[in-house]
Amino acid sequence: MQNHVLDYLIDTVKRVPDKTAFANETEALTFKDVENQHKAIATFLAGKGIYKEPVVVFMNKHPKTIVAFFGVIAAGDFYVPIDEEMPRVRIDLILDNLKPRAIICDEKTKEIAETFHFNGEIYLYDEMIKTEIDVEKLQDIHDKAIDTDPIYVVFTSGSTGVPKGVVACHRSVLDYIEQLSEVLEFNEDTVFGNQTPLYFDACLKELYPTLKFGATTYLVPKSLFMFPIKLVEFLNEHKINTVCWVVSALTMISAFGAFDKVKPEYLHTIAFGSEVFPIKQFNLWKSVLPNAKFTNLYGPTEGTGMCCYYKVNREFALDEVIPVGRPFKNTEIILLNEKDERAAAGEPGEICIRGTSLTMGYYNNPEKTAEAFVQNPLNTAYPELIYRTGDIGKYNEYGELVFVSRKDYQIKHMGHRIELGEIEVNVNMMPQIRLSGCIYDNVKGKIVLYYVGDIESGALTKALKDKLPRYMIPNYVKKLDEMPLTPNGKINRVYLKQLYQEEKA
Amino acid sequence: MYENIMETLVEILTDLHPDVDFETCDTLIDDKILDSFDIVSLISEINNEWDVTVPADKIDPQYFNSAAALAELIEELLDE
Repeated sequence: MQNHVLDYLIDTVKRVPDKTAFANETEALTFKDVENQHKAIATFLAGKGIYKEPVVVFMNKHPKTIVAFFGVIAAGDFYVPIDEEMPRVRIDLILDNLKPRAIICDEKTKEIAETFHFNGEIYLYDEMIKTEIDVEKLQDIHDKAIDTDPIYVVFTSGSTGVPKGVVACHRSVLDYIEQLSEVLEFNEDTVFGNQTPLYFDACLKELYPTLKFGATTYLVPKSLFMFPIKLVEFLNEHKINTVCWVVSALTMISAFGAFDKVKPEYLHTIAFGSEVFPIKQFNLWKSVLPNAKFTNLYGPTEGTGMCCYYKVNREFALDEVIPVGRPFKNTEIILLNEKDERAAAGEPGEICIRGTSLTMGYYNNPEKTAEAFVQNPLNTAYPELIYRTGDIGKYNEYGELVFVSRKDYQIKHMGHRIELGEIEVNVNMMPQIRLSGCIYDNVKGKIVLYYVGDIESGALTKALKDKLPRYMIPNYVKKLDEMPLTPNGKINRVYLKQLYQEEKA
Repeated sequence: MYENIMETLVEILTDLHPDVDFETCDTLIDDKILDSFDIVSLISEINNEWDVTVPADKIDPQYFNSAAALAELIEELLDE
């Protein structure tokens, strides 16, 4: 039984050594390159005695970044991707949580990494790959690996202002890749166009199936997601036939009328998720690509990538929402009502995940782990964890799972998962701020911030950019003389929403 | 005409990025000041404000690197 994610590469590199595995607009790495470079990286790390430890990968989005991930795994360590787009404060919090001994950089990120407050070493990718591969040592590390060893930690928004590092192991990733590949019917001819950043679990969809099938992944330059015609031209130039994108990346093409000028010629598999796909936009895609397969994916990072899918197979009215569908094979979704009992038919309940797809919890954070990864309340006989997503769902008349709402103030914005509380905490840390309240405009997709304090909105936004990632910066910021409170003294978000609607009316 | 467009446009842009001087900046795309969310918001705001649709082939870096270039484009679209 396969118990290691890199075993996917063993056959593939023998079969198609010279085929392009990972590429961007200017550079391509073949499977042989991937094999040699990742093993050199692994030998380098092993030579430094870094084993079963977090290794931070801080590189610009590039095919080499992916190979660095594999190198870390082959050394028996787990990779933690961080990115230039992350603000400094966030990176410091992550480093503080991990206390890594090594950071892998490229020429550009090295200078930034040198200013980090950490006690480890900075290593250059291009230097590391010059290491002579120690086959025996790597084989020894490989033979000792078990499938519950972690392979990555990715950080997600935390409502207390501290990001949470989700730890995933070989086994949950293998389970995910096998089930996803079956549902989306990937094969050797699959050509992926990757959109999602490499510092989230979303890119698992491209990375590991590429190894498994000997497929090819193109990293689509981020700047193209502003310019729809150039984006479609990129897809056509590289004969990209499969995309797993956030909805906003797809609707950007359709809503801007790009299809009037240019159509994706090779695209046959379109998976999307993380957000509601407006049916009007979905129908535009469907009419341009009537024979393509469209699949909605749903799942939290804590469930390793995605855990549910829905193959769109019927017409939807403009006000309908495409269902979450059903869990992948080998995963169960349990809907729990407020009494922690299985929700009755049609009754809403919290979506809880049971199965191998569960990740291992949050790194160095037993409290938060214990809140979300809990004993299955339906089983009192033996230890069995489920993950409570905080999403409320129910089954529709077709028996398909549909998303209803959130239990808390977590939102999905431009495909990113964000705790509104984390934005507020960071605003409130500024000395000039007395109170702040954040809401989300679901219709226009805008983060709205109201605050009371002695600072102008421009200066506030500027200061926030140093603390929060770009996608968490409020899109509308307004100063108030007084913050509306509930009788319990909490920020009255319902009132803020009314206020916002009146202002925008 | 152009001055009016420019004034309103700078207001819209300043709502998106209160910390940027849009009168002078001409590297909005090159310096990654505007992102895809901003482009989506901008195009919808332009549609609301002037009732013009920016055609897909004009959604190109050359028109979005400065407020001035974008104002010229809006003026051009209004003339059509």
